[in-house]
Amino acid sequence: MQDFAASFFEAFRLVLGLDPGLIEIVLLSLKVSMTAVFIATIIGLPLGAFLAVTRFPGRGIVIVTVTALMGLPPVVVGLVVYMLLSNAGALGPLQLLYTPTAMIIAQTVLVVPIIAALARQTLEDLNGEYRDQLMLFGLGSLARLRTLLWEGRYSLMTALLAGFGRAVAEVGAVIIVGGNINHVTRVMTTAIALETSKGNLALALGLGLILVIIAFAVNALVFLLRAAAERSAYA
Amino acid sequence: MHEVVRSGPQAAAKPILPVSAERLFVRRKGRVLLDIEALTIGGRGTTVLVGPNGAGKSLLLNVLAGLRAPDSGRVLWNGEPPNRQRYCRFGMVLQRPVLLRRSVRANVEFALRAVGSSAEQARAQAHRALEAAGLLALANASARVLSGGEMQRLALTRALAAGPDLLFLDEPTSSLDPASMQTIEAMVRNASEDGMRIVLIAHDLAQARRLGDEIIFMHRGKIVEHAPTDRFFGAPATPEAQAFIAGKILI
Ligand SMILES: Nc1ncnc2c1ncn2[C@@H]1O[C@H](COP(=O)(O)OP(=O)(O)OP(=O)(O)O)[C@@H](O)[C@H]1O
Ligand SMILES: [Mg+2]
Repeated sequence: MQDFAASFFEAFRLVLGLDPGLIEIVLLSLKVSMTAVFIATIIGLPLGAFLAVTRFPGRGIVIVTVTALMGLPPVVVGLVVYMLLSNAGALGPLQLLYTPTAMIIAQTVLVVPIIAALARQTLEDLNGEYRDQLMLFGLGSLARLRTLLWEGRYSLMTALLAGFGRAVAEVGAVIIVGGNINHVTRVMTTAIALETSKGNLALALGLGLILVIIAFAVNALVFLLRAAAERSAYA
Repeated sequence: MHEVVRSGPQAAAKPILPVSAERLFVRRKGRVLLDIEALTIGGRGTTVLVGPNGAGKSLLLNVLAGLRAPDSGRVLWNGEPPNRQRYCRFGMVLQRPVLLRRSVRANVEFALRAVGSSAEQARAQAHRALEAAGLLALANASARVLSGGEMQRLALTRALAAGPDLLFLDEPTSSLDPASMQTIEAMVRNASEDGMRIVLIAHDLAQARRLGDEIIFMHRGKIVEHAPTDRFFGAPATPEAQAFIAGKILI
């Protein structure tokens, strides 16, 4: 009990004292996950938009698949990306394994389905409501889509935040493809796992604290966006 | 806010009239929703579509507007298939108007930008249109929080602002108080006198009399009567129309 109390105290000291080791890990985490969300947005948003407004044979299957992929187990994604990037894999020559780039790739794979599926749902609902009116404005299909993206901007940002929340909190994929190398690929989740197993609870708790704060901040942001969306829609 | 950019000034748009329909047929689950032998909307004035709930009035307007494809038959705008981008001098207010999630003013400006007005033109035109409609006090309010009647007025203002040659109105006064209804009817009458061709769906037969130069009476997806207003109300030719005017329930 005494030990835990001391660990808590030390954890707060690390966080409040902006311990350089801890900051380095936090910044790498944020960099990796934000980059992954950025890339996943570039891929997932157009994919979701395409699925929302087009009709083609097999569309239903694609939608079910994308939605199901939202629940991909991170370790499995880690494993698949590992196989791709390892020396024997298709992307082996790029020598990306155990680099932040590998972690970004893995997290992008995790986040694309989330953004695509949520964007698809949002835009399809909006399109149902707006289609006739936007046709009456005389907008072509691209202009209609652009209008839908703008009208749905708050919900779409919620989708991005959901993706970020998943990326920053997952440990299974980054530990496999990143390897948790100190100063290179050590992020918050992998550091917590390692430090806990080493018995260094202070650092683990400090990082855990920051992770929780980030999760809270993301959810608060989602909440504020919802409120903004409702204000623009009804209030 | 500036996502709509379209080339081509609206003045250069092609004339949309006459709008005609040939052998339109729409069926859902074995039920005939629309069965129109022939219909031409041309010339001047206001046509009022009347008929019981579910007669197919909204469906007919939507098909004529090119929003719904019929199962068979065709709609022609000045001899061509409906194409809102080429014939931009067409406006419509839907039975359930869809307002964008932005201010009242921005809703009107959006419609004007969509038909090729510049940003400054749109701002000035929107201002004038809102003023004429008595909506200036609400100009900066969020369009989605308006009352039902205010939404209908905004939807009509938005459609009128672009100065269409042909305007479809699907029950534009269904949830308005008497004063607002008079405002709207005056706007419709003015537009009609300025040469705008109007097709309007009405449930209020007094309104049909006040606004209509001619009446189209629909029942079960068919046009049962198509006659000048005086003749329709004075000497309805069919038992269905007689019953409808007398306020009897038609199934
Ligand atoms: N997409 C659709 N699928 C199935 N049925 C439809 C569809 N659209 C319209 N209908 C049916 O077609 C009939 C005519 O509908 P419509 O909206 O044209 O009636 P209306 O004459 O405008 O009635 P109201 O006066 O109540 O507005 C209704 O029975 C409606 O249920
Ligand atoms: Mg209707």
